[in-house]
Parts: sequence; C-alpha cells; structure tokens
Amino acid sequence: MKENLYNYILGIADNSLILGQRLGELCGHGPTLETDIACTNISLDLFGQVRSYFQYAAKIAEDERTEDDIAMLRKEREYKNVLLVEQPNTDFAYTIGRQFLFDVYHLAFLSELEKSKDLTLSAIAKKCIKEVRYHERFSSDWVKRLGDGTEESKAKMQDAINTLWTYTDELFHQTEADKTMVNEGIGVDVTTLKDAYYKSVNDLLIEATLEVPESKYFQKGGKEGIHTEHLGYLLSDLQYMQRTYPNMEW
Amino acid sequence: MSEEQIKNLEDQFEARIARDEKIEPKDWMPEKYRKTHIRQMSQHAHSEIVGMLPEGNWITRAPSLRRKVALLAKVQDEAGHGLYLYSATETLGISRDEMYEQLHTGKAKYSSIFNYPTITWADMGAIGWLVDGAAIINQVPLCNTSYGPYARAMIRVCKEESFHQRQGYEIMIKLANGTPEQKEMAQDALNRWWWPSLMMLGPTDDVSVHTEQSMKWKLKRKSNDDLRQQFIDQTVPQADLIGLTIPDPDLKWNEEKGSYDFGEINWDEFWQVVKGHGPMNKERMKARLGAWERGEWVRDAAMAHAEKKQERKERQAV
Repeated sequence: MKENLYNYILGIADNSLILGQRLGELCGHGPTLETDIACTNISLDLFGQVRSYFQYAAKIAEDERTEDDIAMLRKEREYKNVLLVEQPNTDFAYTIGRQFLFDVYHLAFLSELEKSKDLTLSAIAKKCIKEVRYHERFSSDWVKRLGDGTEESKAKMQDAINTLWTYTDELFHQTEADKTMVNEGIGVDVTTLKDAYYKSVNDLLIEATLEVPESKYFQKGGKEGIHTEHLGYLLSDLQYMQRTYPNMEW
Repeated sequence: MSEEQIKNLEDQFEARIARDEKIEPKDWMPEKYRKTHIRQMSQHAHSEIVGMLPEGNWITRAPSLRRKVALLAKVQDEAGHGLYLYSATETLGISRDEMYEQLHTGKAKYSSIFNYPTITWADMGAIGWLVDGAAIINQVPLCNTSYGPYARAMIRVCKEESFHQRQGYEIMIKLANGTPEQKEMAQDALNRWWWPSLMMLGPTDDVSVHTEQSMKWKLKRKSNDDLRQQFIDQTVPQADLIGLTIPDPDLKWNEEKGSYDFGEINWDEFWQVVKGHGPMNKERMKARLGAWERGEWVRDAAMAHAEKKQERKERQAV
C-alpha cells in the first residue's frame, strides 16, 4: 500500500469530514431559513468530497476497509484534521468565522491540488473547487455583514476571529506525508500558500471594518492527531452507530 | 361595494373554481378563502420546518456516509419546501415574520406527527416510509387545488416527497434484511410510528370541521377517512414484502369491500398531542424559538448592513 499517499488523502479529507459534521449539527437551528439551507448545503458538499477521498483511500489501502471504516472507525489520535475545523458552533459568528478562515485556505489549496500528478486527486479537486468557491463567497459575505452590521454583531464577529485566529497558522504546516507527496509532484506545498492567505483574509477583515488580530501565538497539533478536547465528543456522535452495531450494513 | 356586487363577485369566483380555473394572487377572492388558505398553507410550511428537527436529530449519528449525505439532502429539501410554501403564502398578504410569530405563540399549528421522538436510526426509515408516505397521499390531490401558487408549489413538493418515501422504505428494507438486531430495530420503529401516521390523515369525517368548505375550494379532494384507507391499503403489502408486522391485531383484508379493515385509533392520544401535550411538543417549540431568538442579532446585522450599503450607494450616486 502507498502509505504516504493514503495518509496524505486522510489529511485532506478529515478537514472536510470534521467541518461537515460540525455544520450538520446546526441543521434546523439556523438564524434564518436561508442560512440554514446554505449551511446544510455546505455540509452536504463537504461530505460528498469526503466520500470521493475516502473511496480513493479505501482503494489504495488494498484491504477490506470501506469508506465508512475510514471515516468512522479510527481512534481520536488517528484523525488528521486541523484544529480549526473541530472548533464548536459557539454562535453564528464562530460558525461563519471558522468557515471563512477555512474556505480561503481550502480554495487556494484545491487550486493547487488540481495540478497534482495524481489524476484521481486532480479530478476530485476540480469537482470540489466549484463548490468551495461558493462556500468562500457565502462565508466572506457573512463576515462583511456581521462585521459591518450592528455594534453587537461587530463585537461578536471580532471575538470569533480573535479566538479562531490562533488555529490559522497550522493550515500551513507540513507533515512528513505532505513533504513526500510534494516531492513526488502529488501533494501541495502549503507553505507557499501562506502569504496570499493572510493577504486575502486581512483584506476582507478590513473591508468588514474588523481588526486583524495581532497575536503571534498559534496552536497546532491536529495534523499529528493531537486535538482539542472538542474532537472526542464530535467523534462519539460520528462513530456511534458503527461502534454500537459493528460489522453491519446500513 | 354593495352587497349585491359582492354576491356577484362571489358567484363568479365560485364558477371559476368549478371550471377548474386557477385563482392567482391578484385576483379578487372572498376573505374566507384568503384566510383558510393562509391557515392551511402556513400550517404546511410550519410542518416542513418543525419536521426538520426529528430527522435533524440523526444527522450527526447517521450510520454511514451514504446515509448521512442522503439524510442531509432530505432535511435540506424540507427547508426548501418550507421556504417555497412561506413564499406562496406571502402572496396572500401575510409576511413570513407574522407566520413565525403565529407558530411561536402557538396560534398556528404544525403536523402533530413531529411531536414524537426519533430514538433509533430505524426511525429515519419509518419517517420516510410512513410519514412521507401519508404526506404524499394528503398532498397529491393538492397539485390540482384552486389556488395557483399553492398548486404549483405542491407539484414540486410531491416530486421530492415521493423520492423521500422511497429512500425511507429503502432504509427499512436494508434493516429488515439485516441482522436480527437490525430487524428488531425496524419492527420497533414501525410499532411506534404506525398509529401516529394513521392519525396524520386527520380526524374521522364525522368530526372533521373543515372538510365541506375545503372540498368546494379543492383544498381537499378526498375525505380523511378515504385518505386513511388508501394509505393503509398501500402500506400493508409493503410491510408484508419486507417481513415486518403492522402492529394492529384487527387488521384484516376485507374481500367484499376490497380493502383492509383496521383497529380502533386512539383519538384521545391524537387530541392530547394536538393540544400540545405530546412527548416532544415542548422540545420542538423550544428548539424553534431558541433558533429564532439566538438568530435575532444576526438578522438585525444583515438588515443594518443592507441599509448601510444602500446609503453608500446613494451617496455615490449624488
């Protein structure tokens, strides 16, 4: 089995899996019917992406593992998503802030992955990018609305950005699997995306009349499977059926 | 307008409906027609929105990625139906906020079926199969109802509902053909959802208050009892086919009338739930109200932002 490629795919897919799961929690509880539909739609897109990635990973694994085994039967330390996407839905500003900070990265990442030598990954990226372009427009618009809305919304949006900011730097860290894949022309060198990312994000925050956080202290660890305390609870929901009723088909 | 003129308009109006013409938002209509439609259509919209909650309850715990995606899509469809129906109702001169207000204060009702809890995964199958199945039976005749916007909305809604119904039945097939534990889960869900699904088709004809007028306006084309019989006759063979048992010892094929005889429905339970004392009434309202209240600052922000943007645009134009 191509161990590095397998791990590399999991690293990409877990971000969509965990963020999709977070958005799924909100279904039916949004501030308006329109935002409810939009957040569910984004969740749906992300899970669709997850399926493409994990079906490919299952093929590479060359054993009995299925997409569901990979998605739902790993231990907490084996999930490789960035810390940003597992942060809870504290309020709508956090949901939007998390989405925005991820979407800008996700869009840039997919634009590069599209050029991968691995034709399956390139094809998945090509399909996903159309969806993520919409996600990024949705979350950016809402950052502007909340930032440049009322005093209250501005304070909430600023608080969310300040809190989530600490998880942005991790997006640009490289794991060992990343480095090998970059050398093989399959993976994306995320370190090269960093400057453009902060420029886009900062420009939009300024347009939204928000302040760009100055903190230079960042949290990382997700890519190595060292998560925040939030992830375990998310996984107990995600894995509930597979753990309670093992080896069954649904 | 004189009484005679109004009478004249009313006669013309009824004649149009009798000729199967559609009534459109700008057409003259009797006040009672408008009010009845606002009541029924908003109730329908509320049912879609409240109906998102029992199924939304299983999104994070769906057993496979395929099921999760399908469930998300289904709940999203329901939100879409709600949006569509609220918009159609707005054509009768009521705002969405007013309709929400009626829902939140309990003035407007929603389908009582959503006041039952979803406690296992099999409930996702049972809801699709039975609840959406009963809803389709209720709604297909509405594709030809007299009010144009409602009829057109129902055509689209019914297409999606029949997809949901097949999806729900497919979940049940899989469970019924699965391990003993899965089959038991399916049977248990059928046991819990069967009777509430029969109640969904409304009180018996002898006590149903709205039927006669609604028939005339084609808001209703068959009586509750006829619809219920149709639902039972259609569903029993589906249960047989997958080896599940309908939880009604009195259920028996009646050769003479060519349909099933069935046992007594517990109408006390029905009225208890309608009056707000079902297992989940309070939870459902709390969830809706909570979402509305928590979302207030978001809606205010969107409004304030839109105004600022407009002002900036106007200033630039000057």
